[in-house]
Amino acid sequence: MAVIVLFLLSYAGVEAAGLQVLFGIVIPYLALVVFLVGVARRVMNWARSPVPFRIPTTCGQQKSLPWIKQSKIDNPSSKWGVVARMMLEILCFRSLFRNTRVGFDNEESKISYKWEIWLWLGALVFHWSFLSVLIRHLRFFLEPVPACLKFFESLDGFLQVGLPGIMLSGILLLAAALFLLTRRIILPHVRYISLAADYFPLFLIIGIAISGIAMRHFTKIDVVAAKQLAMGLATFHPVIPDGIGGVFFVHLFFVSVLMAYFPFSKLMHMGGVFLSPTRNLTADTRASRHINPWNYPVHVHTYEEYEDDFREKMIGAGLPVDKTITDESPQGEKE
Amino acid sequence: MSDDLGKPDEFFSRIDHRPSATGWMDTPTEIRKGIYCYASNPKSVEYLGLPNARKWDPTAEDWGLPENWQEIIAEGFRDRLERFRSFKVFMDICVRCGACADKCHFFIGTGDPKNMPVVRAELLRSVYRNDFTTAGKVLGKLAGARPMTIEVLKEIWYYFFQCSECRRCSVFCPYGIDTAEITIMGRELLNLIGLNIDWIATPVANCYRTGNHLGIQPHAFKDMIDFFVEDIEELTGITVEPSFNQKGADILFITPSGDVFADPGTYTAMGYLLLFHYLKEKYGFSITWSTYASEGGNFGFFTSHETMKRLNAKMYAEAKRLGVKWILGGECGHMWRVIHQYMDTMNGPADFLEEPVSPITGTRFENAKSTKMVHIAEFLADLVHHDKLDLDVSRNDHLKVTYHDSCNPARGMGMLEEPRDVIKAVCNHFYEMPANTIREETFCCGSGSGLNAGENMELRLAGGLPRANAVKYVHEKHGVNMLACVCAIDRAALPPLMEYWVPEVDVTGLCELVANALIVPGEAERTTNLRGEPLSGTEDEDVE
Repeated sequence: MAVIVLFLLSYAGVEAAGLQVLFGIVIPYLALVVFLVGVARRVMNWARSPVPFRIPTTCGQQKSLPWIKQSKIDNPSSKWGVVARMMLEILCFRSLFRNTRVGFDNEESKISYKWEIWLWLGALVFHWSFLSVLIRHLRFFLEPVPACLKFFESLDGFLQVGLPGIMLSGILLLAAALFLLTRRIILPHVRYISLAADYFPLFLIIGIAISGIAMRHFTKIDVVAAKQLAMGLATFHPVIPDGIGGVFFVHLFFVSVLMAYFPFSKLMHMGGVFLSPTRNLTADTRASRHINPWNYPVHVHTYEEYEDDFREKMIGAGLPVDKTITDESPQGEKE
Repeated sequence: MSDDLGKPDEFFSRIDHRPSATGWMDTPTEIRKGIYCYASNPKSVEYLGLPNARKWDPTAEDWGLPENWQEIIAEGFRDRLERFRSFKVFMDICVRCGACADKCHFFIGTGDPKNMPVVRAELLRSVYRNDFTTAGKVLGKLAGARPMTIEVLKEIWYYFFQCSECRRCSVFCPYGIDTAEITIMGRELLNLIGLNIDWIATPVANCYRTGNHLGIQPHAFKDMIDFFVEDIEELTGITVEPSFNQKGADILFITPSGDVFADPGTYTAMGYLLLFHYLKEKYGFSITWSTYASEGGNFGFFTSHETMKRLNAKMYAEAKRLGVKWILGGECGHMWRVIHQYMDTMNGPADFLEEPVSPITGTRFENAKSTKMVHIAEFLADLVHHDKLDLDVSRNDHLKVTYHDSCNPARGMGMLEEPRDVIKAVCNHFYEMPANTIREETFCCGSGSGLNAGENMELRLAGGLPRANAVKYVHEKHGVNMLACVCAIDRAALPPLMEYWVPEVDVTGLCELVANALIVPGEAERTTNLRGEPLSGTEDEDVE
């Protein structure tokens, strides 16, 4: 819903009201500032809170006796193990890869667990294709376009279907986003846990992908003019060239909204995953002491108090005591 | 209790996983008998000096809260966000992908959608968004925010005592969000206004005063051990002589008091005694029990970080007072999460102890060189590896054993192979349960984190269902008849679970299996195991 409103807002704003400067220059800049400042503040806010205890979730064998094979990545005892664990988590979504689905057989009263790869696959395709699209867009902000970027683009368009050629990443991004959305709507439990804040970014990204694909293949945007605008933004000499259609401004506006929305939303999981204490710490707490910066003294029931409570009974049971009953001195020696 | 729950297959087919038609925020929570635990006894709360000690009833309208309870919760929330990065990050980054949903044993067993880990966390997150985030303040319910009302508080209380802090969901979460951590924080907040359950509060108070959860006073503790000594003598002809509070012993031994108190944990305790006697006779091993630090478990962990520290402090204090070299820890679950991930940080450094070395094999326990506390399964795995135990494995031949990884040693420590090595060394017949139900994917007994009360038996049987179902599988496939574990709560919780779901399977601790196979110098020929049951070899000798 909100995304349709945003679409109308930007399209009408540009086409009818002629607010090109607002949607092409002011809002993108503002969005970028909000994005950068917002993300930095959020990450700094997390980092400000200490990690009082080392609490990794151990997902494999600990390092103990030399002949027992340690799971060096899933139960890391070294920094490198942690780095490997984090890389696998961030680049390959390792934990999600473990996903299973529970099955109930009422006839046999049996519970079963099946490997469930689709969420992992959908998420992986979604994030990697998003990254590819982002990288591909760098061509609009760089002059001359670096060779590696051109090579990357040729990989992305290797299918060589149609003219201009279909970019795989754009199609995959749209498909993956639609998959994640469908999953949210169709699976009863996922629908149950979904908030507006879960649908909104998905719709927004779908909007971005559709408007992008539309410009490339259907409305045929003037790429030179678009690049002129992008270069203007990148070099801080913003211009609004002629011949850019309303769809472009819709695309740019959606991206701006996404950027501005980012720091205030669950999209911050991108930064948060790096700071997750159950994943980014070594699990060798018994071998190397972890320091809690706010570790404060607490009331304890000391042995002396305990013995005072039970001395007579202890002596009766033949248990050794530090102080005898008749000894009133604080440091009694008799036992 | 389980009578009105009907037959197991009826219980099973009653479980309905369809979520309610209304959203979770719009579905009121009813605090139901069989699910909730009784309220904390004011005497226990008072003894510990914790806030708002009074008699209260979870089903009553009025919970006897302080007038400014909302303020206390909000302030406590802010304080914990500032002190725990885990809490802050976990409040912020969930994307509600749902991967955790069907990983929770309580969700699988109850079908209650609010038992999905993600929703359990959202119960608290919704309040967090309302009080601490811009989006929540501006957009309110649209951003998944809601103010803390008495209904919300009651819901949080109800569901945060339906989480056993087992961390299974955190294995599957792409960001490692740990519901245990969130539950720990939630329970801390609830404790600020006196909303604990009695099954936690009273053991904590007992432990603070007497040194153990059961409130066993020193002389009675010794009596109970002496009772085991008599039993062992009767069964094996061996007189074991445990030492208590002995200064100058090499090693201090600490285990959960549950094993001194109730079957089948008592057989594990007898196992310890026999094992230590053997090591002393054979290798001059010198170990002492403490009546002051007579609890390995730590229900303070289920109350607050501070309470955990207060109870845990006794371990190092006693080790220091007795002048031992290092500490050996018995079989317990959450005790080992506390020792492995918290103790040294909270109450260390243990610079008055030595780096643990096995006096028998010379093995250095490098993995425990700072905390200086070794798990008995690690200690035993080293002994069997070096062939230091004389064993008659055939004494366990009537057993077909499977092993239940306790949540905390598995996911808060990673002790997976050590107990298996020991079991395989003392039993000829060992079978694993399906891969998705063991090791880091192990299922809780359904009663962890202080939920092993009597009044919530329906919840316990539901939460333990995934575990029981996996046991049933190996029972039917391989004839498994013994479920081994290294946790005292397991030994208390699994027997009723098995009795309901898989009555043919019994429960044992690791050290009971070891002691049954152990050939102790000077023992009479064993005709029974430590339970007094005839051994297979003596029963039908002609078969062999």
